[in-house]
Amino acid sequence: MASWGEASESRLIGKRVTRLSGKDKVTGKAKYTFDINEPGMLYGRILRSETAHATVLGIDLSEAEALPGVKAVIPIIEVGNKLRYQGQEIAAVAADTDDIAKDAIRLIHVDLEELPSVVTEADAMAADAPQIREDWAGNQSEPNVREDGDINAGFTEAAVEVEATYHTPVQTHVCLETHGHVAKWEDEQNLTVWASTQGVFGVRNDFAQHFELPANQVRVITEHMGGGFGSKFGPGIEGRTAVELARITGKAVKLMLTRKDEHLVAGNRPSMTQQVRAGATSDGRLIAYDMKGYGTGGISSGAGFTGPYVYHVPNSRAERVNVAVNAGNQRAMRAPGHPQGAFAMDSLMDELAEKLGMDPVEFRRINDPNEVRQAQYTLGAQEIGWHRRNHVPGSGTGVKKRGMGLGSGQWGGGGGRGTEARVTINADGTVEAVTGTQDIGTGIRTVIAMIVAEEFGLDITDVRVNVGDSQPGLPSGGSGGSQTTPSVAPVIKTAAAAAKQKLFERIAPLLEAPVGDLRVGTGTIYVVSDRTKTITWKQAAGQLGMDSISEGGTWDEELRQNGAAGTQFAEVEVDTQTGALRVIKIVAVQDCGLAINRLTTESQINGGVIMGLGQAILEERFMDPETGRMLNANLEDYKVPGTFEIPEIQSIVFDTHRKVTGVGEPPCIPTPGAIANAVYNAIGVRIRSLPITPDKILDALAEKA
Amino acid sequence: MPEKEKKQGTNISRRNFLKGVGTGTVAATVAPSVLIGSEKAADAQVDDAVANATIQLNINGKSYQIEVEARTTLLTVLRDGIDTSGSNIDLTGAKLICDRGECGGCTVMVDGKAVYACMMLAIDAQGKEITTVEGLAEGDDLHPVQDAFIQHDALMCGFCTPGFIVSSAALLNENASPTLEEIKVGLSGNTCRCGTYPFIFDAVKTASRKM
Ligand code: FES
Ligand code: FES
Repeated sequence: MASWGEASESRLIGKRVTRLSGKDKVTGKAKYTFDINEPGMLYGRILRSETAHATVLGIDLSEAEALPGVKAVIPIIEVGNKLRYQGQEIAAVAADTDDIAKDAIRLIHVDLEELPSVVTEADAMAADAPQIREDWAGNQSEPNVREDGDINAGFTEAAVEVEATYHTPVQTHVCLETHGHVAKWEDEQNLTVWASTQGVFGVRNDFAQHFELPANQVRVITEHMGGGFGSKFGPGIEGRTAVELARITGKAVKLMLTRKDEHLVAGNRPSMTQQVRAGATSDGRLIAYDMKGYGTGGISSGAGFTGPYVYHVPNSRAERVNVAVNAGNQRAMRAPGHPQGAFAMDSLMDELAEKLGMDPVEFRRINDPNEVRQAQYTLGAQEIGWHRRNHVPGSGTGVKKRGMGLGSGQWGGGGGRGTEARVTINADGTVEAVTGTQDIGTGIRTVIAMIVAEEFGLDITDVRVNVGDSQPGLPSGGSGGSQTTPSVAPVIKTAAAAAKQKLFERIAPLLEAPVGDLRVGTGTIYVVSDRTKTITWKQAAGQLGMDSISEGGTWDEELRQNGAAGTQFAEVEVDTQTGALRVIKIVAVQDCGLAINRLTTESQINGGVIMGLGQAILEERFMDPETGRMLNANLEDYKVPGTFEIPEIQSIVFDTHRKVTGVGEPPCIPTPGAIANAVYNAIGVRIRSLPITPDKILDALAEKA
Repeated sequence: MPEKEKKQGTNISRRNFLKGVGTGTVAATVAPSVLIGSEKAADAQVDDAVANATIQLNINGKSYQIEVEARTTLLTVLRDGIDTSGSNIDLTGAKLICDRGECGGCTVMVDGKAVYACMMLAIDAQGKEITTVEGLAEGDDLHPVQDAFIQHDALMCGFCTPGFIVSSAALLNENASPTLEEIKVGLSGNTCRCGTYPFIFDAVKTASRKM
């Protein structure tokens, strides 16, 4: 049975290893799609709607075409069709410089007939709202209803009840490298595209289909990528537009979204509003849960969120609808649906615990069926110093009040089939690992090198890793769902093991030993029954003569595991005069199975916590009902965490077994709930709507007084 | 508010367009409210931008001659500029992320001080020492900040990293041993979406001990 071996036997696996790409990234040498400069390259730009809802009556490209330096102008939307949100694509240009492209965009004239629009959930759901999606009566999808047990019986049994409404707004992904491509036709039948994507092969297949090319005549390259968080799977309209502009002009075309575009059209996390009533028995069992909620994913569907979440409720009913508004489509965003649902659930848990007069940790212990999290509660409480919390919320003295809270999360991250890989040993001793996954900042490149180096007794720098390129024809899935490492690592491991076996077979006669007696040392191969028989790795590989060994691998389920439990404890300080909220410390206890690279795993946990913190205290998309436009489509008014917001973060890699589980998404789930509960513990008033901003805190305090 | 009878379309002259009629990128025939252009001010600059100049810039100790428009930023020159001999400058370490002085992704050093290259016109950078992230290492010897970033894994996707590296180096130029609070202030002009901050703080501390 395949295994990752014991921790004591590992030289690299499970250790803290710095990234292979580190040097390129700190010296500015790392080339992202945005950095590709092809000879004679043109710059593409897209004209987008500033109107939330309109019919296109005419598009005049002539003036833009006449501008010197403009090489192509193409319409994207057809006259007669409708624009349904600000930012929707109208036309595109390619020009000698980006500035000229920008000028040209302004010279495209569009005639529109404006239609009534709605950009907030409340407006969309109003009785007299204009119908903006023909297939949804009242701009709402059919409700999705889930029932379990008997809620009436449950509420009869309940000793305490809580009824509350929780809300989280739309967030945007804010990838620092915007979505974009550099497209270049090598000839009429061969296309090369550098893409800022989470899915090299998905993008390749899309282009092949759309431009009617055999898949192997489209090459997609993503050597480095500046953030996706779930928003960068397909090429999007902008990708196809870049390829089309390149086709027309016969030149390479770079087309990157602007910062504003990125906020408007490159995806967002849907909002959530839920009204929930829940009950618990006097001995602290969660017994009944009844929730009705809605969210918007813009003009598209997909605004789901979890609930009930993590904790066991025998009797529950949950009803959710999608609400359409005239805004850009949602896309998967780091643990889609979970942080919203977790914030509501963990807030609810604390409200119930208080009614029961129970410690929030105790109440969770009673209701959480997950054994891993049970152990995490103990560790997290100890690390944050849970005994120091206010036993009576808001009871601290002074202007600045401190409080503590916790939240929980659960994710899958077990990976799956579909990755092909090849590990090659050359006669000069060099080693290569190739697969079609992509390193979007998770560090998979380094993980691959570690696995191969461990298997061969080499250093990671001895392994040349080739990822982010469709050319070798070794597909792998998109990097989403925290699936990359659990999908890729087992295949690399079995490929390396197979290559090692082949090498052993070749050199066994030379060492006059049975194949089964051969082992790798550090840069050596030796005979376990007679350690005097040793040769260096280079000598061994040299036996290959004119050959090389190149082996594929298979995805072995035994090497990975599904299920990542997490718990976080937060300590905050609230200035009751200004409403300023400072998160002081987060203890993040995150289950992740075998952390192949402990260092980059800690980075991922830090990153998840910080994104959760942004959702908790800063981030919100503001739409103007009057104009139908986003008011904060920039990085000044749309706040993401900066240095001042960063608390002390204690990221605890809680590795309970030696099978690989993905960890990209789960650490962002518990953070908002933990912070919201800590704010309550500090000031004794509950904020049920994210982000928790100073104005909300002051309002809540005023209401209480 | 622009006059609403001025229909946008085939018959409008460029001059009229530039005069500010329907300065938004998209005009509507029905509701004048959508004529409010978010890029109104920028439109007026289309004509002003035509003036070209040949300038000399000193970047990473090398002198470049470049023809630029008056509006060309230093960042555009570094990333997309072609010098008069026809070769790409191709210093793409500094990134355009926000395009308005909010994120620090484009940070370079100008006479030893951290500057947002997206906010500086190329013509204003003449006669100054410009150092980009590519110019910090001496041959194969990385700057202590660069070493420390690798060691602490102070980078994930790495897109913000060049900006943070330059800001950190500039911070340490001014304050050789900053406290955590001083590091936060010194790097407050830089944004990282992956959330590398905790390890960045550690890296700057390590680098400060080595310098
Ligand atoms: S791109 Fe210059 S500060 Fe953001
Ligand atoms: S490392 Fe990705 S944005 Fe900072």
